[in-house]
Amino acid sequence: MPKTENEKGYVNIVKGRYKPKGKFHIIEKNQPIFDKDTGKLAGVTNPRDMTYIHSYGGEAIFFESLGKGKLIATRCENEKCETAYKSIFMPFRIYCPDCLRKTNLYDLTETARKTAKIHSYIITHRSGAFNMLNKPIKFINVEFDGVCTILMSYLSYGDPEIGMRVVPIFKTKDPTYTIIDLSFVPEGTPESKLPEGFTF
Amino acid sequence: MIKFSDEQLKIPKMARPVYLVTAGMSKFDRAFPKSRTEELVIQAFTAASDFIKMTPAELKKYIHTCYYGHFADHFGDQLLGEAVIHDRLGLDPLGNIGIKTGGATGGSTLWEAVKTVASGYSDCTLAMGWERMDEVPTDEGNHLISAAADKDWETPLGHIYTGYYAVMAQRYWKIFGKEEDSFRDTMAEIAVKNRGYARMNPHAHGPMKITIEDVKNSPIIAYPLRALDCCLMSVGAACGIVADEKIAYELTDNPLRVWVGAGSHTLRVADRRDMKIPLLPNETEETYKNFGEKYPGGDRYPGFTSFLAARIAAYYAYHMAGIIDPCEDLDVIELHDAFTISDIQSYEDVGLRPYGEGRHYIESGDGYLKDPKTGKKGRLPSNLSGGLIGCMHAVGATGLMQVAEIAYHLWNRWDEIHEPKEKWKAFGREKPKDWESLQVPGAKRGLAISHAGVGSHVTASILMHPDHLLKED
Ligand SMILES: [Zn+2]
Repeated sequence: MPKTENEKGYVNIVKGRYKPKGKFHIIEKNQPIFDKDTGKLAGVTNPRDMTYIHSYGGEAIFFESLGKGKLIATRCENEKCETAYKSIFMPFRIYCPDCLRKTNLYDLTETARKTAKIHSYIITHRSGAFNMLNKPIKFINVEFDGVCTILMSYLSYGDPEIGMRVVPIFKTKDPTYTIIDLSFVPEGTPESKLPEGFTF
Repeated sequence: MIKFSDEQLKIPKMARPVYLVTAGMSKFDRAFPKSRTEELVIQAFTAASDFIKMTPAELKKYIHTCYYGHFADHFGDQLLGEAVIHDRLGLDPLGNIGIKTGGATGGSTLWEAVKTVASGYSDCTLAMGWERMDEVPTDEGNHLISAAADKDWETPLGHIYTGYYAVMAQRYWKIFGKEEDSFRDTMAEIAVKNRGYARMNPHAHGPMKITIEDVKNSPIIAYPLRALDCCLMSVGAACGIVADEKIAYELTDNPLRVWVGAGSHTLRVADRRDMKIPLLPNETEETYKNFGEKYPGGDRYPGFTSFLAARIAAYYAYHMAGIIDPCEDLDVIELHDAFTISDIQSYEDVGLRPYGEGRHYIESGDGYLKDPKTGKKGRLPSNLSGGLIGCMHAVGATGLMQVAEIAYHLWNRWDEIHEPKEKWKAFGREKPKDWESLQVPGAKRGLAISHAGVGSHVTASILMHPDHLLKED
């Protein structure tokens, strides 16, 4: 059963410290595990209802930008970087993996609209606990012109094919502030086919 | 283009020879609702002491340092799970430490243990691995496994790790498999082979007598992967004990030399940038001339189709042990067959075939003890244990199970572990009427590959009979 509003936990940062409010777990009694064949005790269940409080740190801007319809990458701009000078990273990297200098933000939204292409994909009906995506999940890996990495995401409409041109869509209404706020649809998909809360 | 420095590619050196003295395994199963982990671990340890005709107490007196491979604490809701096991094994006051490298945990545990002996820190070290994935409901288990991917960029996408690997399988299937029925059959052949071998193994929990058609008709997990293409999810324990020369020969007449190489690559497949193919001793620049023309779309290395970590682990290990051509120089191997396709990918990563041609290792019959189509002896049989598909994948134990299985062949004592009626009975398993020995006759050298998920960590463990080394120390 979904939690009611006052059973949920919320966190803010006030004066540099986490300030949790609300409920973070509901205690549930453990249960014995009996062997039905012998009637003997074999173990117990240990229910755990936990909430993690996680900092995005230097990646927060990426996750916040998704809700504003922007795909923000980073670029190494260290001229002395032997292997990655001017390399664009998506997934976003706070530091260049080669020279370990801080990267600069790079707005990839237009490039993604014009060049995103499916590198590989998979369709699966399986998922793990806590999954929020509709099934079947259409995982896609997306190439962008001039980007040295290949982003993992999911296709929200149509059937994926290797080489297919896709465009990014963003959950700008009620964003979750997680990677699922970013999705893709085949180029030419009409706005009416986008999932609830998503825009181009 | 990524480049590696000469220092990074330096061949690892061990300060003195290291020997595998004995090894042991528990029964493996999907779940053990009536056993604690320590019961399985003690079963594996006792099997190892029995094997060299010692009591556990006698063997314990020799052990000086302990490495414990146990990947997923969160499955058991017990931090310091390694300390619990160390305590139950009664191995105080020895220094001990837990090792975690995903699916490669077993191999990494041996890697660490070997280095303590090689360096002289310890003369006798225990490498014990286990996993228990039966203590949460399956969907929560899937979530916990998916937490081994990047929790911000990947895990929220379905909380299903298989999906993160399956995109690699898809790309390999399209580029190198060319979506051919014959390639699909070769994938299925691997599933048939490994499940068939598992039938001869009382420790295994996925034995099946099946056909290629059965595999191709099994439910789709993520096309092209079907249920019978995928490995097991298991509980169990396995261990190995390594020692210096003096103690090794005190404990047994027949210790085996051991080397382990290890490699890594980005946790997210997304971050794998283009590079030149690092060459193994049996390859030259010529091997990959016109590669992109032969396999359109396959020229990005390692891209989504190969595992750099496996290649580098093999590179280090082959050079350390003097292996030039694994098909020539080795007699038996255990590969990390998480999926039938990833098994084919690893044939290429470890140089059984050049990149793009992995399927021929199976199609040629090389990978069999006896090719069912021709009846001919295979050049380099793989996964006679049943592998991850037929025997088990109890993550922290897997790499050590593989090493144990290779060692039993090299000791020429494979039958002793797999044949006894009493063991089949004790494990509550029916010994097949057509049980046959899978002992590789005269095996002197073997290899085990331990591999984490999408290839973040891989180890290559090489075992050799000391009278059949390929290189002087
Ligand atoms: Zn840089």
